[in-house]
Amino acid sequence: MKLGFLVDLNLCMGCKGCEIACKVENEVPLSSWRLRVKYIDIGTFPDTSRSFTPLRCNHCESAPCERICPVSALHYLDNGIVNIDSSRCIGCAGCMMACPYGAIYMDPESNTADKCTYCAHRIEGGLMPACVVACPVEANIFGDIEDETSQISHYITAHQGDVQVRKPEKHTDPKHFYVGGGNQTLNPLAHERIEGYGLFNNITHLKEIGDPHHSMLDRFLAPIFGGHNDHLKNESFVDMSNDASHEEGGH
Amino acid sequence: MDHVSTIEATQAIVTLDVPLPGIIWGWMITLNMWAKSIGTGVILVGAYLLYRHKKEDMPNLRWLMPLISFVALNVFLLFTLLDLHQPLRMVNIFLHPHWTSAITVGAWMASLFTLLITIMALIGFFDEFKDVRKHCVLAKSVRAISGFYEGIFPFVVLLAFPVTMYTAIIMAEASARELWAAPAEIIQMLLAAFMVGSASLILISGKWSDGARRDLAWILGLSVLFSFLMYMGEYFFSFKASEVEATLEYVHSGGAYYTQFWTAMVLGYIIPFFISMSSVKNYSRVLMKFAALTTLIGLYLAKSTWLEIPQMLSLS
Repeated sequence: MKLGFLVDLNLCMGCKGCEIACKVENEVPLSSWRLRVKYIDIGTFPDTSRSFTPLRCNHCESAPCERICPVSALHYLDNGIVNIDSSRCIGCAGCMMACPYGAIYMDPESNTADKCTYCAHRIEGGLMPACVVACPVEANIFGDIEDETSQISHYITAHQGDVQVRKPEKHTDPKHFYVGGGNQTLNPLAHERIEGYGLFNNITHLKEIGDPHHSMLDRFLAPIFGGHNDHLKNESFVDMSNDASHEEGGH
Repeated sequence: MDHVSTIEATQAIVTLDVPLPGIIWGWMITLNMWAKSIGTGVILVGAYLLYRHKKEDMPNLRWLMPLISFVALNVFLLFTLLDLHQPLRMVNIFLHPHWTSAITVGAWMASLFTLLITIMALIGFFDEFKDVRKHCVLAKSVRAISGFYEGIFPFVVLLAFPVTMYTAIIMAEASARELWAAPAEIIQMLLAAFMVGSASLILISGKWSDGARRDLAWILGLSVLFSFLMYMGEYFFSFKASEVEATLEYVHSGGAYYTQFWTAMVLGYIIPFFISMSSVKNYSRVLMKFAALTTLIGLYLAKSTWLEIPQMLSLS
């Protein structure tokens, strides 16, 4: 058995239902995402189009995160899922540096690396991943890619020539496929982030990776100088200070 | 909205996304690499000098070489630990080692290296200062195994090579960042060790023979030259890989990283090269100490630039 995921980008309407379902199911904390839907616009008015790309862990067959993890916190399950054991993670962030898809985050509550597990706990109980259940247009297709009779295998066969993976040149052999994607949606070098062109906000950066007061020094100094009280406020994670684009009349 | 017309029809723009993570490995990892280069570099350069010259030519080398290495390695280990989000779980590397990871292999090798350097530092110190703690049991035991120093030194020198290089393998395993390619990084790590190893020993070479000091000048001059040439090669001829080119754009396009990179090149490479090459013929203690200090500062800045710019690039 080799579980895989396929997203038909022709069907996705960017409702972010999958993103929310994932957050709720996995109790993903503030400033962290296991699954996110990115909006990309192309063209000049009035000939413009918007594409929506759900991005999550690719569960690579040759996973760089698994290779670099010094304590086997990241490991393969028999069904092909790249799982993570948070209780073993030392928080070195090597996996975050190794993942070519930026799919791993440092959980600010547990201070350990975390990522999409294809809802391994639900699969064990015979359920589908939360994002698959939430999708109103069935753009998320999940199943055993080694089983020729599975829906995902049928879908891949039916869309031969239009099935793509992200960054194939990395030789990670992802088990997450896209139908209807193009270079501009799947290649991060093919699209730009321009300040002032965001729909609801500017380009923002995380201030901290994980808990802002994670270090050993902080643990000694925090009781004396304070600093732990604000550790779950969103402002401490996201740098929202740059609002220049609003002044320029951005969206 | 004049700027709308400047966007080409074929240009795709991200209009909604989550915040970008930014720098994940920051100044602590830079300090980690810098300190490790000193820790192994003084051993590598010291071994070469001991091969070329008599011990009497470098009277304080036997105790100061392992002592500098010991201090630098402890800085390296301290900041490695502090950078972990779960520092107390560091023990898992020894309890649940995953041998495909260069982090694991490196941690084991660096720990063994530090242990051996600690022994050498203790022996070197108590042999040098024979009146210190004459009646202390530890000092007596250490002095009793004085010969062990020379016995383990060849093994320590051999171990210094992989300990120097393993960080390059970690960076190569970080396959998301194409700027860090294994062959180039391995050579840069070795050159960095020779750079700061010789720079550190220059600072303690006040009573050394002319021949030993000239050798230090040669090592510093050649290592900064080759390292500089490698940086220039990557800086100017990166166009074969689009991701590397996009990464280097953070330097090419001006701004903070541009200033930092060229400050590093001037302080860490250009100034020490000319001073050390001129000192091969006419050794100037003051100028060489100045060159040693600029090398130490420049290498830190160069490492910091090279570590951070690939992390600026959005991966998805």
